[in-house]
Amino acid sequence: MSDAATTSTETAAGFVAKAFSSRSFVIGFAITAVVALMALVSFFWVPYDVTVLPVADRMKPPSATHLLGTDHFGRDILSMIMVGSRNSIAVALVAVGIGMGLGVPLGCWAAARGGWVDEVLMRFNDLVFAFPALLSAIMITAIFGPGAINAIIAIGIFNVPVFARVARAGALALWPREFILAARAAGKGPALITVEHILPNIASALLVQGTIQFALGVLAEAGLSYVGLGAQPPMPSWGRMLFDAQTRMMVAPYLAIFPGMAIVATVLGLNLLGDGLSDVLDPKLRRQR
Amino acid sequence: MTAYLLKRLLIGAATMVVASLVVFAVLEILPGDPAQLMLGMNATPDALAALREQMGLNQPLLFRYLDWVGGLLTLDLGRSYTYSVPVRDLVAERLVVSLPLAIIALFLSTAIALPVGIFAAARRGRAGDAVSMGAAQLGVAIPNFWFALLLIYTFAVWLRLVPAGGFPGWGGGVWPALKALILPAVALALPQAAILARVTRSALIEVLGEDYIRTARAKGMPRRYVLWRHALRNAMIPVLTILGLQFAFLLAGTIIIENVFYLPGLGRLVFQAITQRDLIVVESVVMLLVAAVIVVNFLVDLSYALVDPRLRIRT
Amino acid sequence: MSLLEIEKLTVDIGGTPILKGIDLSIAAGETVGLVGESGSGKSMTALTVMRLLPHRARASGRVIFDGIDILAATEERMCELRGDDIGMVFQEPMTALNPVKTIGEQVAEGIRWHTGAGRAEAEERARRILDRVGLPEAKFPLSRYPHELSGGQRQRVVIAIACALKPKLLIADEPTTALDVVLQKQILDLLRDLVQENRMGLLLISHDLAVVTDMSDRVTIMRHGEVMEEGETARTLSGQVHPYTRQLAEASMHVPARTIPRVYDRQAPLLEVNNVVREYPGRRVSLLRKGTPTRAVDDVSFTIHPGQSTALVGRSGCGKSTLARMILALDRPTAGSIRLSGEELTTKDEAALKPLRRNMQVVFQDPYGSFDPRHRVERLVAEPLHLLDRRIGVAERREMVAAALHEVGLSSRDMDKYPHEFSGGQRQRISIARAIITRPKLVVADEPVSALDVSIRAQILDLFADLNQRLGVAYLFITHDLTVARAITDDVLVMHDGRIVERGRTADVLDDPQSDAAKDLVAAAPDLHRAIARRLREQG
Repeated sequence: MSDAATTSTETAAGFVAKAFSSRSFVIGFAITAVVALMALVSFFWVPYDVTVLPVADRMKPPSATHLLGTDHFGRDILSMIMVGSRNSIAVALVAVGIGMGLGVPLGCWAAARGGWVDEVLMRFNDLVFAFPALLSAIMITAIFGPGAINAIIAIGIFNVPVFARVARAGALALWPREFILAARAAGKGPALITVEHILPNIASALLVQGTIQFALGVLAEAGLSYVGLGAQPPMPSWGRMLFDAQTRMMVAPYLAIFPGMAIVATVLGLNLLGDGLSDVLDPKLRRQR
Repeated sequence: MTAYLLKRLLIGAATMVVASLVVFAVLEILPGDPAQLMLGMNATPDALAALREQMGLNQPLLFRYLDWVGGLLTLDLGRSYTYSVPVRDLVAERLVVSLPLAIIALFLSTAIALPVGIFAAARRGRAGDAVSMGAAQLGVAIPNFWFALLLIYTFAVWLRLVPAGGFPGWGGGVWPALKALILPAVALALPQAAILARVTRSALIEVLGEDYIRTARAKGMPRRYVLWRHALRNAMIPVLTILGLQFAFLLAGTIIIENVFYLPGLGRLVFQAITQRDLIVVESVVMLLVAAVIVVNFLVDLSYALVDPRLRIRT
Repeated sequence: MSLLEIEKLTVDIGGTPILKGIDLSIAAGETVGLVGESGSGKSMTALTVMRLLPHRARASGRVIFDGIDILAATEERMCELRGDDIGMVFQEPMTALNPVKTIGEQVAEGIRWHTGAGRAEAEERARRILDRVGLPEAKFPLSRYPHELSGGQRQRVVIAIACALKPKLLIADEPTTALDVVLQKQILDLLRDLVQENRMGLLLISHDLAVVTDMSDRVTIMRHGEVMEEGETARTLSGQVHPYTRQLAEASMHVPARTIPRVYDRQAPLLEVNNVVREYPGRRVSLLRKGTPTRAVDDVSFTIHPGQSTALVGRSGCGKSTLARMILALDRPTAGSIRLSGEELTTKDEAALKPLRRNMQVVFQDPYGSFDPRHRVERLVAEPLHLLDRRIGVAERREMVAAALHEVGLSSRDMDKYPHEFSGGQRQRISIARAIITRPKLVVADEPVSALDVSIRAQILDLFADLNQRLGVAYLFITHDLTVARAITDDVLVMHDGRIVERGRTADVLDDPQSDAAKDLVAAAPDLHRAIARRLREQG
């Protein structure tokens, strides 16, 4: 019975129909789409140029001219948030790319090969887990100085074992299945089986994990820029905006409110999207609801 | 059981050794000349030579590594270049802030998460579940430092119940010190609690679908009894795993949160050390934090064996 | 008055009707068999009596147990009934026990809850009932955990839990389906004795007509949520008045039409297995000491000739699947040699195996797990074409797949469907199509019909017999079910604890087994003819 549920997501139309019946997916998709759109639009148009510093307009509360107010250099907060979203998205996306690009092959290899390869890779995972992104970022910054690249590398490294683990767990559950045995009896080697059978069947789990890591990446990037280990001024970033807001919070609390809400909305949207996707793609998880 | 623990212990030790190699490689080999990096381009040759001497940079690499590890093991962490005091004293003085903070936060997040998760699982699909999981979903999305800012604004600036930052030290009594740690601990704990509550709920719900739960129900045990006596212990295994992973995030979190609240903890120390390029301090603190994560994960492995008899293999 | 009286019971789950007006009654001390194929609603009927239906299920009608209206009873009242007056035994013993609690705790728990007995007293009673179900304390102390017991032993614990308080009604839902025939007989004997000793009513749910006939006074036959026929066992099954009853009975006793087995000995053997051993490393005793290795397959030798159909029978865990994997070159033996058409398999690398693999294919047990759910039938069936030396064009590939599908009684239109669009029996046909597309000389079939309903099973057996006759494929048929072996094979190998303990013509071995292992298997095998005859004899 459950097979029918898994596989009715085969066709694109079936998937879309199912996806939009999940409330989490719809809300998550909508929020994520808005954030993505905001980042895209910022390349062509922002309400005010964030590279000029109209100090005369500094610390203006939200109004019709500046919807979300202005900061201590007179820059428009809405424009800053729009431009800052690029940084958040880029860092988190590249970090997910690094994590998937390295983690998935490693995890699949470990599962296919087993034995000492598996053991060594899992111990490597334990090792990387002992270095939260912040610690890696601290070490890199101590040597090379701060910058957005640091954040990407540090978060990316931390993503590698996460994806390796998800890929390995999924692959290990598949390898003893009879259809894999049949493929082996058809003379297919581990690499071919991984490409033809394992990857398509763990893709949904990876996709779900991808949205979760994307969300975590946005959070981590904000944290790193907040403490000055991420994007550097004048490049606008949400974390940095919050740092600048902190000392001025008594006078202008809106400086801290809006960038924070941007972060929360982005992360919430991605997490809901991930939840929705796992509802749609993994009937086992859905049955639990 | 002993074989299992011995294996985990060996793995933990091996991880620690490799981690120390990584830290050493990144901070002492990668820069080429750490002394140059610490002093900057305008350093006088004399000052460079003196620092090289102090850091033992003239020795062969292997010797330097062993010397450093030996120092770690004997708690002789060297002298901070900028503060000119032993790093050990510096770390000890900061640890009395960071360690209580991490422990309070961990305790707080568990104390919030487990009841909420159990409550939601028991009321699956009903209003209580929807509301608590909606809140958890939001909690997961809130960055802890932003939450900290909101807390400061509400409780320190607006209501003036607690200080907005700083730390009076434990010398002035336990209460003022604790008072300074309350907001940071809450800021740290809440997002973690949200994650843990979600994990607890889904682990419990998964377990509640198992065949042995039906067996227990067929025995005449009421739903509530089955939840507490049969499901909970089985659900603890994934919860413990996440708890272990969370500790790493919590430590990272303390570093950021200390900066929000101007707490003189390890986090502040390491940031000052970075800006001053004091590699000796950075490597010690990083190693300490990594070691803490590894030790906690070993404790988690240990608790698995307590929860799950399948790991306590009779021999 | 009846102990259990079900009238016009209707159950639907989220609007889908599952049961449509079921009537069923059980008198005190009576055993009633509930038979039907998968999806007939047998289990739902049982769960309704326990009031353990899934969340969204809605039940209406009347269920009266011992004067109590079950459907109207409060949850507290149900908790008092469950485990005390009604006990239940489930199908899957491997997952039915809580892995983190000892068997003593799990048995004593219900006793304490219902009787208010103290810990010591409850444990004493638990000890007694565990001893009664065949788990004496000397060998199975209360402190054992489920993972330290085998499947059969776990099922005994589940039975102990269900019978600890001598319920008036015991419900057993496919209690032996997950066990091999020998264990099945032991568990059924135990259930029968317990029911007689305590004068319990028993509702025995099974898909196996022979089991039910053997055990029950009356049978109820269900299909698609409705009762087809109901009555006294011997009369119902010997009369076979209802067409569906007849269909079920015929399918259970079905033997495919096959010509008289040929003589093969003059031909060169197709498969030669010589002194094959497979050891698995034992669990480490400590960090420094390795455990003694276990021998899954121990010095096995046999041959199969072209076109010969051989059964490999044995209890679960006897090593038959391990042996099959080595023959398929999916696993390598620790020692010994396996030759296919004279070529050694065990030493070749994957590239050198390719031409050999073309000549041996496999059909698995589970029609659901045999296919990648993300591929279409065309791609699934064509997978072994990878073994051919030349590249196959798209058109030729489709042609070959169509031919293979045709061979197994499916249409070429099925090529573009996904496996989930097919029923279990159709999937097994697809599985066979995949196995024969390269025209192999040998097909290894690992319990290919045990997951199928009886009527479908008969059709698939016919298909196997037909392909053997038409294509001359040799089979190694792995099964624990002797009726299957008898229906479709010429020769039989009986395996026990990794060794071949008996071999010969299938009919000879099954009619007159010599080894203890074969005798056990034959004695334990449910047989509908025998069961009906015994029933009729008992009634005179």
